[in-house]
Amino acid sequence: MRIVKRVAIAALALMAVSGAVQAKEWKNIRVAVEGAFPPFNSVSADGQLEGFDVDIAKAICANLKAECTFTVQDWDGLIPALQAGKFDTIISSMSITDERKKVIDFSRPYYQSPSSFVAPKSAGIKDTSPEGLKGKTIGAQSSTVQATELEEKYKGSDIKLYPTQDEVNLDLVAGRIDLLFVDKLPGLEWLKTADGANYEFVGTDLPTDGVGAAVRKEDSDLRDQISAAILAIKADGTYDKINAKYFPFSIWKE
Amino acid sequence: MNWDALATYGPRMLQGLVVTLQLVVISITLGALLSIPVALARMSRSRILRAVSFGYMYFFRGTPLLAQVFLVYYGAGQFRTQLEAIGLWWLFRDAFFCCVLTFTLNTGAYQAEILRGAIRAVPAGQREAAMSLGLRPRQIFRKIVMPQAILIALRPLGNEVILMVKGSSVAAIVTVFDLMGVTRLAYSRTFDFQVYLWAAVLYLVVVEIIRRVWDKLEHRLTRHMRSA
Amino acid sequence: MDLLRLLSFGPDGWGDELLQGTWLTIRLALATVPFGLALGFLVALAKRSPNRYLRAFGNAYTTVFRGLPELLTIFIVYFGGQIALQRIVGLFSGATVEVNGFIAGMVALGVVFSAYASEVFLGAFNNITRGQYEAAYALGLRPATTLRLVIIPQLVRLALPGLANLWLILLKDTSLVSVIALDDLLRKTGLAVRVTKEPFLFFGVACLIYLALSMISSIGIVAIERWANRGLRRAS
Repeated sequence: MRIVKRVAIAALALMAVSGAVQAKEWKNIRVAVEGAFPPFNSVSADGQLEGFDVDIAKAICANLKAECTFTVQDWDGLIPALQAGKFDTIISSMSITDERKKVIDFSRPYYQSPSSFVAPKSAGIKDTSPEGLKGKTIGAQSSTVQATELEEKYKGSDIKLYPTQDEVNLDLVAGRIDLLFVDKLPGLEWLKTADGANYEFVGTDLPTDGVGAAVRKEDSDLRDQISAAILAIKADGTYDKINAKYFPFSIWKE
Repeated sequence: MNWDALATYGPRMLQGLVVTLQLVVISITLGALLSIPVALARMSRSRILRAVSFGYMYFFRGTPLLAQVFLVYYGAGQFRTQLEAIGLWWLFRDAFFCCVLTFTLNTGAYQAEILRGAIRAVPAGQREAAMSLGLRPRQIFRKIVMPQAILIALRPLGNEVILMVKGSSVAAIVTVFDLMGVTRLAYSRTFDFQVYLWAAVLYLVVVEIIRRVWDKLEHRLTRHMRSA
Repeated sequence: MDLLRLLSFGPDGWGDELLQGTWLTIRLALATVPFGLALGFLVALAKRSPNRYLRAFGNAYTTVFRGLPELLTIFIVYFGGQIALQRIVGLFSGATVEVNGFIAGMVALGVVFSAYASEVFLGAFNNITRGQYEAAYALGLRPATTLRLVIIPQLVRLALPGLANLWLILLKDTSLVSVIALDDLLRKTGLAVRVTKEPFLFFGVACLIYLALSMISSIGIVAIERWANRGLRRAS
């Protein structure tokens, strides 16, 4: 066992070294998105990636004069696949959390949106504190800030976690869950659809630390370049244009 | 070893294991009850009964379990108003129930096939001897054919139980926190690959225990068939 | 009919997407077979080996991969395999390896397939009597030639029913790769469901497609078995 461990450590050290050697310019950045989180990232009927995240990623790459190639990866597999080197960055509405920061790094945030509860209009739910939702069934997408929040604080409620947000929405309409807990902006988008017409935001929003581009820990150079690019596209007005295309208000985080 | 993760998720994984075992025990038992009439229908003289049982068995043995779970779980969600009208929605609302229902239908089809093969494997002479003793068909079936068929079916039934333990892991995809569900949750929070290996060990232990217990059972039930 | 339009081929129908998914499912299953067969054959040889360690390895391999849920094996190979491979390659160079989902899925399914296939091969080996080897030896055939001309042709015939069964299981197991983001039939179906909100229709259609695939396979299997048994004269 000890030998295996040593080999692994040596391998890791070597990887870190080689990572450092590579640390120069990023001409080609492989970007991953989930592709199932409208209006931030989704696949259109003709197979094209679209949404706020995708536009921001393209603007960042343009600013860095780098070629961007996009990969679609399931939400649950995004961080493992990043660690495994399948792509270089995740620009897919991934909230910055301490738990995630233990294994990966984030650029500065490129937008911020709180977490909100959605319930049927007829339910009359007002109090969304853990006490208020005791005994209720709450759904969320797994591996999200919302899922973690529910897991940690809403011990008295029945928590259901789904692979994608679409499935959470589907089960809210089916009546399997009493409420869902979601990033406010995609929630807003869903309330506008035919399915969402009978639902509303309830209770109080919970703030988050914002959403950033995720990179491997050893790629701190890439992280810094993306952070700089985010500030640059905000300064030259590109960001505001993209923002206006999707939302009538600013979602920028200072 | 990641002791932090083990302390946090170890107990929950054991709880998940209990859910897995519940899923398996309930489904296998209900499936066994279902398999008897289905196997009989499959061998019946009525063409309609034969066709219906054939269709049922062919469908559930020919399609992936995961697709069946999706069909029942999300399909039922679509028929909420109808299910509410007949007062069954509270059952279909529950993911655990949907999984038990699907698994029962699935294993029922496999067990019926096993049983049918076993009944056909009972030598015709047994039936003929019983008939010449003047036993009625019902008695022949219950006292002569079934006991022997079940012995023949024991081994494939044991395999079916193990297949169900493994197959039940798809319940995790529709929000059930069985062993696989808890493992996925633990992985999504810790990003430590170890948790999958712990789950692997737990599954292997369960499968091995079932295999040993089943061997013992088979050994005991067939003791009259061994020469001294 | 609205439902028929949803299944049509074209921009607002999902027929072409389902067809693409079906095609990937077929390709994945076909690609897995040679890999799984070769691996399974090697494991069977290991289990028959005079070497104690090889035998132990072969038995452990079968116990583990027949005991683990296929879903778990797929996760372990997909995520764990990738991390492990990355570390091994990292030992020698700074290059990043990319394992695509198709290969990962193929390896995972192939590993499961091989564990079962090795048992089938083992059973077939045991059914070939000593006399066959002795006769070949008496004819002066060398061991390799004996294996190629005498044993393998019989092995194929004896193993065929078991392997055919494994193929049908494999066809269904491919659906599990949908959880690792491979665009197989079930995943494409899930995509259609999310957009159209017609789960019953689409999952039902997916089941029927799987059913059709196994029906076609059964016909093929009968033909292959007839071919493999052509040299066998029936004793009357």
